[in-house]
Amino acid sequence: MSVETLAPAESETARPMDLLRFATAGSVDDGKSTLIGRLLYDTKSLFSDQLAAVEAVSAARGDEYTNLALLTDGLRAEREQGITIDVAYRYFATPRRKFIIADTPGHTQYTRNMVTGASTADLALILVDARKGLVEQSRRHAFLCSLLRVPHLVLCVNKMDLVDWSQEVYERIADEFTAFAAKLDVPDLTVVPVSALQGDNIVTRSENMPWYEGPSLLHHLERVHIASDRNLVDVRFPVQYVIRPQSTTVTDYRGYAGQVASGVLKPGDEVMVLPSGFTSRIAAVETADGPVDEAFPPMSVTVRLTDELDISRGDMICRPNNAPMAVQDIEAMVCWMDETRPLQVGGRYAIKHTTRSARAIVRGLHYRLDINSLHRDETAGELKLNEIGRVRLRTTVPLLADEYRRNRTTGGFVIIDESTNRTVGAGMIVEAG
Amino acid sequence: MTSPAAYQVSHLDALEAESIFVMREVVAEMERPVLLFSGGKDSIVMLRLAQKAFAPANIPFPVMHVDTGHNFPEVLDYRDRRVAELGLQLIVASVPEALNKGLVRESADGMRNRIQTPVLLEAVEKHRFDALFGGARRDEEKARAKERVFSFRDEFGQWDPKNQRPELWALYNGRHHPGESIRVFPLSNWTELDVWHYIARERIPLPSIYYAHEREVVERDGMLYAVNEFFRARAGEQPFKAQVRYRTVGDASCTAAVSSDADTVEKVIEEVAATRITERGATRGDDRVSEAAMEDRKREGYF
Repeated sequence: MSVETLAPAESETARPMDLLRFATAGSVDDGKSTLIGRLLYDTKSLFSDQLAAVEAVSAARGDEYTNLALLTDGLRAEREQGITIDVAYRYFATPRRKFIIADTPGHTQYTRNMVTGASTADLALILVDARKGLVEQSRRHAFLCSLLRVPHLVLCVNKMDLVDWSQEVYERIADEFTAFAAKLDVPDLTVVPVSALQGDNIVTRSENMPWYEGPSLLHHLERVHIASDRNLVDVRFPVQYVIRPQSTTVTDYRGYAGQVASGVLKPGDEVMVLPSGFTSRIAAVETADGPVDEAFPPMSVTVRLTDELDISRGDMICRPNNAPMAVQDIEAMVCWMDETRPLQVGGRYAIKHTTRSARAIVRGLHYRLDINSLHRDETAGELKLNEIGRVRLRTTVPLLADEYRRNRTTGGFVIIDESTNRTVGAGMIVEAG
Repeated sequence: MTSPAAYQVSHLDALEAESIFVMREVVAEMERPVLLFSGGKDSIVMLRLAQKAFAPANIPFPVMHVDTGHNFPEVLDYRDRRVAELGLQLIVASVPEALNKGLVRESADGMRNRIQTPVLLEAVEKHRFDALFGGARRDEEKARAKERVFSFRDEFGQWDPKNQRPELWALYNGRHHPGESIRVFPLSNWTELDVWHYIARERIPLPSIYYAHEREVVERDGMLYAVNEFFRARAGEQPFKAQVRYRTVGDASCTAAVSSDADTVEKVIEEVAATRITERGATRGDDRVSEAAMEDRKREGYF
């Protein structure tokens, strides 16, 4: 296998590396671990002692091949049971980009883990076995990616070596998946025929599939345009912490610290603070390294205003003519994540939304969604582990929120059980008011 | 108007922003945070991020060193200097003191990695800390690859890998009952190379043992151990002088050096980028015990 393509071209060295987070979905049978192992190996991110440890364990277990799943399956229970329990994070980099992989298991508790991995992903990679084509699981993964609004989707048709590199097989699967994805409102879909085992179309273009004119998987991951996925229109700055130095050298300083959720903030901009509705102007946008001319996602900064207002954690800085909703009645798609107790109408929970915490009561469950058929069961009375439904909530204080499809940061929330303190659900705001 | 392409940040800026967010979240929501400071590069980077997160105010929490008594003098000097520069409160949880009091007993192999845990937990209880910042990274080790940024620990400080809270978006759940605590890992998504690039960019001084120097060592289990008061050569082991540096800094009795000529941060970056062995694999005797050595220690309440 060649790694020469990874060397930076002269013109590219000046460009700073950026960061792409992607989630992978599929089971061991689809060759997902092999694919990840291949990406790590070919980008020199797999270390020889890691590989040696995996080879030794594989040999001791009597595996016929080096089981790359063991690279990520680090927990005792996983090794003993041969399953993946949890989301594992893996890292690799090329001269163009640093990548964070959220590797989610295909079977056990697939929904909870997939939803978790997809929540922060810029891109999701779904694998299918070329011999089997689309299976129920592939459709489920695609649906969850669209529910979580992952901006880019890649379908890898794997094991092309086992179907004689057949263009016909590939096109049949690609067409079927494209038709399915169209129903799901997937903004960007790329389909790549690969052989993870042999390295075809992973790092370099395959010579076995001259009929395929698209990029290799890594080429696509390195170049897929993610900058415009960020919402730079709606100014949303959830106040995280108020910095007020108790110091004799720095006096009368009051700064609002937080991470820009969306939009661009500049000194001089007129802003509105919610929930009070007071307006002011940005006096300065500061970092520890000095003031900046503008702040945009995902920068963590400190905003100072020209007026002294009463602002605290959980408040939101926005623009007077472009503000989020301040709402207590919320319609949301909820994915339930707790195995012990189901979500029930009338249930009371804690909610964390941006930097704001509230309590909420479940006012209604409109339907439970069958994520395989997309059928809506309107008779459902509860949501159990890994089930998804449309829920109506009433909160104790207004949430400063946008629809999730418009803003993943101000549209998402987690539900916490107040007695166990466990995170029991994830919500995506559909509409409010 | 600026084109959207201009609104991009580098991967280091993105990682920094995420870590700062995590640290502010802890200070905003938790009662008594503390930063675990070993004098190692990861905790040093963490301290820099804490400075940035709360500037121009001071870092609003103390730092704690779990002192095994097996220290590299360069690291202790660095610790004391840094703490004084930043005006921080330093808490030392001392393993030698705990040995004297009979809280823990020396293990047969003399390694103090495992007996650090009860000492750490006792200090947490005494000071009623409810959030402990640790410098662990997910790229270090398989068990860590599956740990949350906010990692819940029960009243015994134990981690239960099969019962972790789902962590979505940037919504971290730090809720806990009295006596329970959260370990927080702001560097979860950093790699060893990211840490070094950041040290270079920020011009962060490090203890000198991170850079190549000459030292008397012996070779054991394929690793180079410095000969000092905590580590004696065994019969048949011939000490020799070698040009080495430390990739990790831990207990001096189980942390090995690597052969290296990298005496500047730029050379270290080149070396780390080219290396084919993980940092823990290259330098830690304590992780060679078994496949799940780290997981087992974490279950007992380790970092």
